[in-house]
Amino acid sequence: MTSKLVDRRIAAAATVRPDSNRLVRVGFIPLLDIAVLVAAEEQGFAAREGLSLQLIRDVSWANIRDRLAFRQFDVAHMLAPMTVASCLGLGSNPSPTLAPFALGRGGNAVTLSVGLYRDMQALAGLDGSEDALTNARALAQVIAARRQAGQRPLVFAMTYPFSSHNYEFRYFMAAAGIDPDRDVTMTVVPPPLTADAMAAGAIDGFCVNAPWNMIAVERGVGRVVAVKADIWPAAPEKVLGVRPDWAEAQPETLSRLIVALDGAARWCDEPGNRPTLAAMLAEPAYVGGSPELIGSLLADRFLVDPDGTVRAIPDYLTFHREAANFPWVSEALWLYAQMARWGQAAFSEDGMKAAASAYRPDLYRHALGRSATPIPILDRKLEGSDRPVEIATTQGPMALRPDPFIDGRSFDSERLADYVARFPASGMPASERDHI
Amino acid sequence: MKQNAIRVVVVDDNAVRAAILVDGLREAGIEGVEVIETSTQLVRRIASIDPDVIIIDLENPSRDMLEQMFQVSRVVSRPVAMFVDQSDQAMIRAAVDAGVSAYVVDGLKKARVKPIVDMAISRFEAFERLQRELAEARNELADRKIIDRAKGILMRSRNLSEEEAYALLRQAAMNEKRRIAEIARSLVTAAGLLGK
Repeated sequence: MTSKLVDRRIAAAATVRPDSNRLVRVGFIPLLDIAVLVAAEEQGFAAREGLSLQLIRDVSWANIRDRLAFRQFDVAHMLAPMTVASCLGLGSNPSPTLAPFALGRGGNAVTLSVGLYRDMQALAGLDGSEDALTNARALAQVIAARRQAGQRPLVFAMTYPFSSHNYEFRYFMAAAGIDPDRDVTMTVVPPPLTADAMAAGAIDGFCVNAPWNMIAVERGVGRVVAVKADIWPAAPEKVLGVRPDWAEAQPETLSRLIVALDGAARWCDEPGNRPTLAAMLAEPAYVGGSPELIGSLLADRFLVDPDGTVRAIPDYLTFHREAANFPWVSEALWLYAQMARWGQAAFSEDGMKAAASAYRPDLYRHALGRSATPIPILDRKLEGSDRPVEIATTQGPMALRPDPFIDGRSFDSERLADYVARFPASGMPASERDHI
Repeated sequence: MKQNAIRVVVVDDNAVRAAILVDGLREAGIEGVEVIETSTQLVRRIASIDPDVIIIDLENPSRDMLEQMFQVSRVVSRPVAMFVDQSDQAMIRAAVDAGVSAYVVDGLKKARVKPIVDMAISRFEAFERLQRELAEARNELADRKIIDRAKGILMRSRNLSEEEAYALLRQAAMNEKRRIAEIARSLVTAAGLLGK
């Protein structure tokens, strides 16, 4: 009798538990940069704002785009260039998407097959300690030698046509004079399949986010030759993608979500929280995989060669520091410049406006205006400085570390046309550009 | 006659669902249907078939490969778009809801594409329904088994007839506002713990 009563009480407690939290459906792709979204839900930052995040894993960026457009998601973990492309009307089924919050920085790397890297070592005399630009030049030498010997062009993969990976891989190659459209074949391979594709000899290199580069190295098939920080440390990566109509209809929910993500991002940056974060991300519902490997990447220790070479990369993944979540309009414009550089978009005054409209620092400011988080005063900055810069924020001046590009060029978004004109036209024939 | 000349590629790793779709397309008089599986050769295979319409399931990560393929048109000889015209949002939405997506070469008439996409949507929905019914049937069977075990435990430990045991379970379920199968599962678990 008594036990029945207890049972009934437990049952009652379970059923009447009030869950008045507002549900926000969030689509994501299993990559380490979902950290802020996961921490927001798992560490109570969302609940504190009266929100409950339903994190829904998906398999392709095209799905993320379409499911957001058709309201199966409220918001999504998105590649920053996807939002810019959507506002430019590029790609299949473009539906305007806004970026009011960046989910952090870092995480990418360029991995080449071990065989290709050993060829580079033999030809250019690399001992494994070289910087990314030296590696890119050695790659250019191998490509030239292969062409002379009549061998097939190398096949390089990235994850999506409008991705930081596409632009970073291309930037890396172009810095050494390689034309990615003429000298190699660029293709797409979904991140979880990259190591397999490399092992099968279907691709000779790829650029993807963590943890997939290190997984290829651990499996003995890949050699990391550059990380994002080598190509451009401040390069935009993932953002929170939001439909304009949802942002308009749910301004309060969006603001609360940004506050929750800001708190979660700060939590993720705390070194003491990294082991907990690694364990959470290793859950099969999120990224899955080995907590040790994820923990190592979150501790900035990166196995780059199957021979055991480990590279320490300070702040390999940054989630909050140095205004990492601020949607810099200058970065949206840099992405547009890359789209123009590689023939994905025509360059125009209207295009510039459309590209800039994807990034919404005003929404970020509106949500965090009264918080302790330092918010940049200006929407743009000079990108690619080779010395530390100081920016003005709501909490006084903030020092940003140097963020030089691999080729030493800087990017001034006020002089976009000059920047685009400085790059030689890509190798893609004009007739093919017309289709894009 | 012309209708039959359309070449359709189905990219779906679920062989049963692909077969259901191919059947439907053949019944509709479309003969040139090829099913290809995901592999690193996907792009090459599609390029060699040079289809008019590509149907791909949304569970397939290779969808992003197709997106790239249509960005760089030198891989395929004709430009490809998602559906015939971007304005047909209703059709795209219905497809995404059904878990399928279609890519169509430029210039193909909507009247020729729509039946194909509609067929894909209805066959995907039918397959989903089938899966759901199968899962429900499995659950029902599992429920029946656990209720039988619970009845057996009650009959043995409290010396009840089968009807009385079932009535007791039903009464408990009503009191607790839970399903009979849930009560039965708790009882079987408890009995296991108590070693009965």
